[in-house]
Amino acid sequence: MKGETGYDLYYLFRDLTRFLHIDVVLLLLLLTLAGAGLVILYSAGGENGQLMTNQLIRLGVALATMLVFAQISPEVLKRWSPWLYGLGVLLLIAVLVAGEMGKGAQRWLDLGVVRFQPSEMMKLVVPMMVSWYFADRPLPPSWRDLPVAGALALVPMLLIARQPDLGTALLVGSAGLFAIFFAGISWRILAGLGVAAVAAAPVLWHFMHDYQRQRVLTFLDPERDPLGAGYHIIQSKIAIGSGGWYGKGWLNGTQSQLDFLPERSTDFIFAVFGEEFGFVGAVLLLLLYLAIIFRGLWIAMHAQDTYGRLLGGSLSLTFFVYLFVNTGMVIGLLPVVGVPLPLVSYGGTSLVTLMAAFGMLMSIQSHRRLLAK
Amino acid sequence: MADPGRVRRAFPGLSLRVRRQAIKNLEFEQRVMRNRVLVAGALVVLALGAVLARLFVLQVLEHEHFITLSKNNRVRLEAVPPPRGLMFDRNGTPLTENRPSYVLEITPASVDDLDRTLDRLRRIIDISDADVRRFRRALRRSSPYQPVPLAFNLSDEEVAAFAVHRHQFNGVDIDARLSRHYPMAGIAAHVIGYVGRIDERELARVDKSNYKGTTHIGKLGLERYYEDLLHGQVGYQQVEVNAQGRHLRVLERQPPVAGRDLVLAIDAGLQAVAESAMDGHSGAVVAIDPRTGDVLAMVSTPNYDPNLFVNGISKKDYAALRDDPEQPLFNRPLSGQYPPGSTVKPLMALAGLYYQVTWAGKTMYAGPYYQLRNDPRKYRDWKKTGHGEVNMYKAVAQSCDVYFYDLAYKLGIDRIHEFLSHFGLGRKTGIDTTGERRGLLPSREWKRAVHRQPWYPGETLIVGIGQGYMLATPLQLAVATATIANRGRRMQPRLVRAIRDPATGSEFPLPVREVDRVKLSNPLYWDQVIRSMEQVVHAKNGTAYWHIGRGLKYRMAGKTGTAQVFSLKEDEEYEADKLHRKLRDHALFVAFAPVEAPRIAVAVIVEHAGHGGAEAAPVARKVIDYWLLRRLHLGEKLAGRP
Repeated sequence: MKGETGYDLYYLFRDLTRFLHIDVVLLLLLLTLAGAGLVILYSAGGENGQLMTNQLIRLGVALATMLVFAQISPEVLKRWSPWLYGLGVLLLIAVLVAGEMGKGAQRWLDLGVVRFQPSEMMKLVVPMMVSWYFADRPLPPSWRDLPVAGALALVPMLLIARQPDLGTALLVGSAGLFAIFFAGISWRILAGLGVAAVAAAPVLWHFMHDYQRQRVLTFLDPERDPLGAGYHIIQSKIAIGSGGWYGKGWLNGTQSQLDFLPERSTDFIFAVFGEEFGFVGAVLLLLLYLAIIFRGLWIAMHAQDTYGRLLGGSLSLTFFVYLFVNTGMVIGLLPVVGVPLPLVSYGGTSLVTLMAAFGMLMSIQSHRRLLAK
Repeated sequence: MADPGRVRRAFPGLSLRVRRQAIKNLEFEQRVMRNRVLVAGALVVLALGAVLARLFVLQVLEHEHFITLSKNNRVRLEAVPPPRGLMFDRNGTPLTENRPSYVLEITPASVDDLDRTLDRLRRIIDISDADVRRFRRALRRSSPYQPVPLAFNLSDEEVAAFAVHRHQFNGVDIDARLSRHYPMAGIAAHVIGYVGRIDERELARVDKSNYKGTTHIGKLGLERYYEDLLHGQVGYQQVEVNAQGRHLRVLERQPPVAGRDLVLAIDAGLQAVAESAMDGHSGAVVAIDPRTGDVLAMVSTPNYDPNLFVNGISKKDYAALRDDPEQPLFNRPLSGQYPPGSTVKPLMALAGLYYQVTWAGKTMYAGPYYQLRNDPRKYRDWKKTGHGEVNMYKAVAQSCDVYFYDLAYKLGIDRIHEFLSHFGLGRKTGIDTTGERRGLLPSREWKRAVHRQPWYPGETLIVGIGQGYMLATPLQLAVATATIANRGRRMQPRLVRAIRDPATGSEFPLPVREVDRVKLSNPLYWDQVIRSMEQVVHAKNGTAYWHIGRGLKYRMAGKTGTAQVFSLKEDEEYEADKLHRKLRDHALFVAFAPVEAPRIAVAVIVEHAGHGGAEAAPVARKVIDYWLLRRLHLGEKLAGRP
């Protein structure tokens, strides 16, 4: 009897998840990560109940968003792509023209009731658009297709970089480029682009804002500004390094608890993790991330149509870029760019976008059987 | 979107272009995808491997180095809040102070037994139950490593007593801060406003990094309006701390930039005189220098002590203020909207001259009431017998209602609305503080939009004597009066005349601004209306003469007003003593002086006091007397200031 009930429950669960278009593997991985995130946020936020409540609410909203996106079939997403893209570019221009000033950067569009960040939505829309562009064209992309696809990715990226929001611009641009990459752009062209990018660095430097240059310089030599921007990196390296093999234990990181580490519940939360859970904890956390990325790539690889393949692959790699840019910054491998640790850092906007992306991945995975072969 | 595959299967012989489009080699695509995913996966592993390698270096190989750094990490970066800018009256009298105040703070993580510590503390320092409750509430919201304030405004004796016992109290500290204090308490309270503890919403509004370490923010009045200037720029210091986080010494310091001081247009002496002249009545006084728009005094009575709000007002105190029937928290000069009553008559007279529907010397017979054709209603004069033969001078001096019913009827609501709006009625004056309301200057469009009704001619008559829909704030009345005194030049009223840099002491005067200019075809019209207002005060039949006109040492032009709080039925008579006090008329008076070269324009409203000449005019006279006789003689001769 017991066995049978278990059997029934198994089927009930399977049918339910199928009905809701949920990918169980991905969902479990995401929930584990979010749980770990809450644990470390409790410590990083100084055991602040209000902060935890806020984050829990956001997590709930993000999970609901994921569920909604999982219900939308890739066909529909594909049909929407060009419209959403057009709307997104218009909104980005609107932000530049009429955007509200906040912290010296224009990112928000005030729609009266809600304040909306169009650049955030472009993290999803740009890969959707590039995938749409290649979906019905013969692959590998011809010489004529590449400039068009490149422009589709670069225009929003430059608009976002103007705001200026370097972190988001980087994520949006790379999302578009990943879709091109999965479309099968030839290795030679890719190598050529790489060389061109290195050559363009001085030009980029010319167009950078002062504070962005400061960050690069500080990255190259943290000691040159120990009180200002370099302070972040120095303190976060001390936090991580002093964690050792097993860490100082939950709630016991002196660097974070005694206020030495700035922005410890947002961009630098990985340093708190490293300090309190040590190298072993960090390895486990990175493995968890790796599993999520691989599951995403697996879904993309097994997608049934070009659109799903390119979109899925691009979203998975964008998630990886989040992780790499954030951890790289915290351990002093990369310059300080405002990118949160995905699903762990305190804050709502990126959480919702990321979960929407995972909803799309689930949709790609779960709608495939419903398509006629 | 058409599926190219299906098209191809259906039409094998389709044109070359479509076929070229349609060639999609699915197997090839899947193979490419598999390759790319493998490459991407490899790159991901490689990159994360680099992160792991770096982590290994930091956490394992260089662990000893960093653990030493962490143990020696005594240098903490702390924000140093800037001292808040001060406010001075126009003569340099301080209206705000930053007083050093001692705060008792507890760092929960460093305390072994919180309850016992609290008990022991309460034996040497006076800590109320309310303080403890607030402390426990704050405790829940903050980090155990952050000090949480327990008691504010410790006396020197308490500080000394604690210093003696300090070794017994781990984790308890006394922090010296600057606390806002308003030395004049209630005087000018509504003008200055107050600061209070920052809440979440306010923190979202300001630049967070600049408010690190700042505990208070302007909540109301000038404190709020000029928050940006008053706050200043945050500073930083590197502090050496011990393992418990207690300060040992300051290593390096980037000092904060103090907030700017404000030099107000207000004269503290005049303000105090005006408040005492109100003699316990509820109401408002606004005095303006017509030449500059400087608000010399702006009084709202009753007032309240803003010091109560600085460190969080107690529930009991707040309830007392909130439930007081006289509403001390209500900022009457800006937020109070009253029917202007007869004080609007000089403006109506000007409108009559401007549109040439009458001339000053033209007489009419004013009986006890006025009637419109096809309207049985009798529009009554306040004087039961009527005024008899009146011209404009007599009509203003005696406040003849019938004359102005007739004038308003001839002008029509459209022209009245147009003309009066040039004097600033019906819209915000734009004065530099919070809480201003617009008043109401009715028009045909307004009535259609709000009441969905046409405008009735009878309503024009009522507007002609400043009743009906019409509402004005005391500030608007003062501005309109100053505009008459200025012969049509309307100046922007202002509370702050200069910004001062506290470091250098140098003052940046703010520019005087003219916002509108009423041009009359014949400048003589100004003289005629001003002369009629002069008769209100100086002629024996003037409505204010017996109350203030005797023994005046200068020439004053004024107008009395009585604003109905509720309207009587046509045949009812107004009997003050029979009415509930709250239903009694408001007394109004507007004036400026000296007539030859006006230096002050005043609007006074005394709520529920009855007749404007008897109740409001004496207040205005005390204010103007002080300004022209005492202030000018004492102040200008000594300081040589205008």
